[in-house]
Amino acid sequence: MLKTFPKGGVHPPENKISSGVPIEAMPLPEQVIIPVNQHLGAPAEAVVEKGETVKAGQIIARSKGFVSANIHSSVSGKVLKVDKMPDASGYKQTSVVINVEGDEWLETVDRSKELKKNISLSGEEIIKKCAENGIVGMGGATFPSHVKLSIPQGKKCDVLIINGVECEPYLTSDHRLMIEKPEELLTGTSLLMKALGVNRAFIGIENNKKDAIDKLKGLASSYDGISIHALKVKYPQGAEKQLIKALINREVPSGGLPVDVGTVVHNAGTAFAVYEAVQKNKPLVERVVTVSGKGLDKTLNLLARIGTPVSKLIEYAGGLPESTAKVVNGGPMMGKALGSLEVPVTKGTSGIIIFRDEESRRKEKGPCIRCARCISVCPMGLEPYLLMTLTEKELYERAEKDRIMDCMECGSCSFTCPANRPLLDYIRLGKAYVGKIIRERKQK
Amino acid sequence: MSSVVLITIISLSLLGVIAALILYFVASKFKVYEDPLIDEVEAALPAANCGGCGFAGCRNFAEALVKSDTFEGLSCPVGGNETMALVAKILGREAPEVEPRVAVVRCNGTPGHRKKTSRYDGELNCTIAHNLYRGETDCQYGCLGLGECVDACDFDAMYMDSKTELPVIIDDKCVACGACVRACPRDIIELRKRARKDRKIFVSCVNKDKGGPARKACAVACIGCGKCQEVCNFDAITIENNLAFIDSDKCKLCRKCEPVCPTGAILEINFPPRKSEQTKEAEKAEA
Amino acid sequence: MNKLLTVSPSPHEYSRESTRKLMYGVVIALAPALLATIWFFGWAALIVTSVSVVSCIIFEYLIQKFILRIKPTITDGSAIVTGLLLAFCLPSNLPPGLVILGALVAIGIGKMTFGGLGNNPFNPALVGRVFLFLSFPAQMTTWPLPGGFNASFTDALTGATPLSILNENYDKAGIDVLMSDPELSMPGYQELFWGNMGGSLGEIAAFALIIGLGYMLIRKIITWHIPVSILLTVTVFTGILWLARPEANADPLYHLMTGGLLLGAIFMATDYVTSPMSKKGMIIYGTGIGVITVLIRRFGAYPEGVQFAILIMNAFTPLINIYMKPKRFGEEVKNG
Repeated sequence: MLKTFPKGGVHPPENKISSGVPIEAMPLPEQVIIPVNQHLGAPAEAVVEKGETVKAGQIIARSKGFVSANIHSSVSGKVLKVDKMPDASGYKQTSVVINVEGDEWLETVDRSKELKKNISLSGEEIIKKCAENGIVGMGGATFPSHVKLSIPQGKKCDVLIINGVECEPYLTSDHRLMIEKPEELLTGTSLLMKALGVNRAFIGIENNKKDAIDKLKGLASSYDGISIHALKVKYPQGAEKQLIKALINREVPSGGLPVDVGTVVHNAGTAFAVYEAVQKNKPLVERVVTVSGKGLDKTLNLLARIGTPVSKLIEYAGGLPESTAKVVNGGPMMGKALGSLEVPVTKGTSGIIIFRDEESRRKEKGPCIRCARCISVCPMGLEPYLLMTLTEKELYERAEKDRIMDCMECGSCSFTCPANRPLLDYIRLGKAYVGKIIRERKQK
Repeated sequence: MSSVVLITIISLSLLGVIAALILYFVASKFKVYEDPLIDEVEAALPAANCGGCGFAGCRNFAEALVKSDTFEGLSCPVGGNETMALVAKILGREAPEVEPRVAVVRCNGTPGHRKKTSRYDGELNCTIAHNLYRGETDCQYGCLGLGECVDACDFDAMYMDSKTELPVIIDDKCVACGACVRACPRDIIELRKRARKDRKIFVSCVNKDKGGPARKACAVACIGCGKCQEVCNFDAITIENNLAFIDSDKCKLCRKCEPVCPTGAILEINFPPRKSEQTKEAEKAEA
Repeated sequence: MNKLLTVSPSPHEYSRESTRKLMYGVVIALAPALLATIWFFGWAALIVTSVSVVSCIIFEYLIQKFILRIKPTITDGSAIVTGLLLAFCLPSNLPPGLVILGALVAIGIGKMTFGGLGNNPFNPALVGRVFLFLSFPAQMTTWPLPGGFNASFTDALTGATPLSILNENYDKAGIDVLMSDPELSMPGYQELFWGNMGGSLGEIAAFALIIGLGYMLIRKIITWHIPVSILLTVTVFTGILWLARPEANADPLYHLMTGGLLLGAIFMATDYVTSPMSKKGMIIYGTGIGVITVLIRRFGAYPEGVQFAILIMNAFTPLINIYMKPKRFGEEVKNG
């Protein structure tokens, strides 16, 4: 029996169309748009001005506060402007727009392909390198990594978990990374272990990536303390709390963090980024983005510079097919649909999924028949139907008592509802209101 | 047989008496004293329970009125001055006059003015759409057109115009309770001073972008050029974040600002048609 | 590209399940029992069933169209399920007029007054059935014996059901005595299993109902919690009674296969709308139905109690939903 989390979950069609496509470097665009807020926490502050010449890898926005991350230029060229530009949601936020000229990198960045396995730095130095180089969680939540690595006083961490689950349909960027850069990834894992001061690391991979499991298993024996675990395919296994439960059977308390149960979870992509940042001194300026969809002639795993407009990625994949109805930034379960393609790839962009008309349209909603499917699929043990009703009736106190804030918005309830009810839409709304109430209460 | 009937009658009556005693006891024991004035004041209120006064309902408002010594900050937007005068009489106080107000939708982004750039396919709820993305057009400030304000209105004073895809306020029915203002996630609706014949002049735009992008997103956007501010003699117009705002308490409805607006973002409503330059000259000549 | 991109909140992927598919799944699960009953009762069964189904659909349509003035939703299949279930707890010789009346009560009072599908507190089919049972007890408690297609409608043989025989003879004789009495003509286990006996349309053939249960479990239309907890409770409860005094009680197996227990446990108690939503709640609900059923059967005036038991527990469903929450993730920390 393969391990998995015990309660809830769904199995959407996997559609990992691009899993066999090698990672390909995307040609440089003419212009990049780099938002100063690509992470959870405080936005960074731009430190370049209009007209300035920058090199790839140069810092262009400095982190403000502890929970924040540095932003680096992903290209060399001239800063066209520092202005408000629409991000993936269409809302405008401060971004640095750079016209690309050549491809000149900072001298400190080691761009050779040579593998550097020896770890010479201390744990603290590793954390510092991560912070300097703007490393954030690459799974989509984009939480600054150095914050996660700094264990708060009084807490203890005894095991590191590397998330190679990639439970979202279509996405294959982590999968390709695990196959193509296994040594780098394992070295990155060792670096993270050292930074945390733990001697065990579990890498969890869903069983639909057998080639990655075999490859990493073969190599892991030469790394101390790293073990590879195959997991049953089930969404949302890539969610932090579910993965911890599946791998080491510990349950993160409601409202708590993984470190409360002695573990820290990092994404496989993050482990690779940490390797590059620490061993090669390379900031996080590019990432692997899956471009996939049933209507596309060819699907791709692109190594794209941060700030590349999504339209360029799609152009490179052969342009939008006539049948396109929706373009999603991220996976189909949690990703955001884009209203415009002139938005940049950011540190959290794991994929660009193109949906055809018939695949994406919402069906007419019917009355709730109380079939309780939403309850049985909720991995957090919540009652989505109730939370939706409470939000509709504006009974936020009851919604809070029924743990609406525990919802991680995985979308399993909306996915499974036979009456096509917009459960998650309303739960998200309720969370926004309840969050506001909680903040107001704290201020008092 | 008759004994059965008798027993039934006796036992049921007994049960009734016992229940009545218990009820009487409970009612007298747990009676909560309430000022009879509250009932009287509540009867004078419109019983709309709209929450426009800031209280949960008319009963709560009545309690607050009776408890407080002044009427400061307490007013019923639905009943207006008449109701408040009535309440004042009951409580033996003076009611201050409150200027009547009316809700105004400050967005004129009809499909003709604002080009659609995407299609929304989700739950028809403004707040959900607002939290998700900027909306179907390039304007991230304007009306989403999903009608949450109309749903919030308890007085049938609003409807969605299917042509303009914008909400419309029926002035005669609007009581300025503010439910629509609270419902709108984008703060588009404003309560403005109600003028004679429901005349109004206002900037029908809330776009805070710079002129270029604002104009690109919507043909009738305010670009914050400041021309209206220059012509205003009453300091009623302020410009903040590339957006002009006409303070209805200061505005004298002189109609000077509307013609100078280069984008047509300022709207004049319920005014007689302007005389064109030619007729003006003709009138001059006649005189 | 001139076409506008669609934007909607996540998720962007949906399962293929729909209300309609679930309802038609129940209809398919009821098909074996329908075939069995047509085999035993012939045209009469077919007439009662079709009158019930058709009138349920028509009433739903008319009420939605002309009284509620909403878009009729008859295609979602819920009216068909109600119609079938109502027919399944009626005797085959019930006049069509009464069937129509039952359908009106089931759809009109049982379902539409509360706001239609999803809002009714009680199982509509049972509301219709109980209404008929209390209003027309004579017609509702004479069951023709199976005669196949050759039986004429008017003078079909009628007989008492095994449960009413049991009800009259509790404390007097054990099940083995009753079964060996040729005058009572009690059906044996085999007849009970295959359905060759008198009774309401849907409750006679145990095997057909069990096939339906299997289908619904495999297709994941229902979970095992409610039927299993009902049947287990009845088995345990009647088992205790039987072991204590075998000479005065029927054995659990006989109880399981007689009356509407299987029909109720498999198809009526599991109605989505009127049953609890958490697994714990389902088990409490099922246990309650089991206990009340046996209490009514053994100690009450009526020979059969499943329908009343389900309606009583339906009333408790909102309460169960409030107090029986699913286990929240991260609620109690047990690390190991």
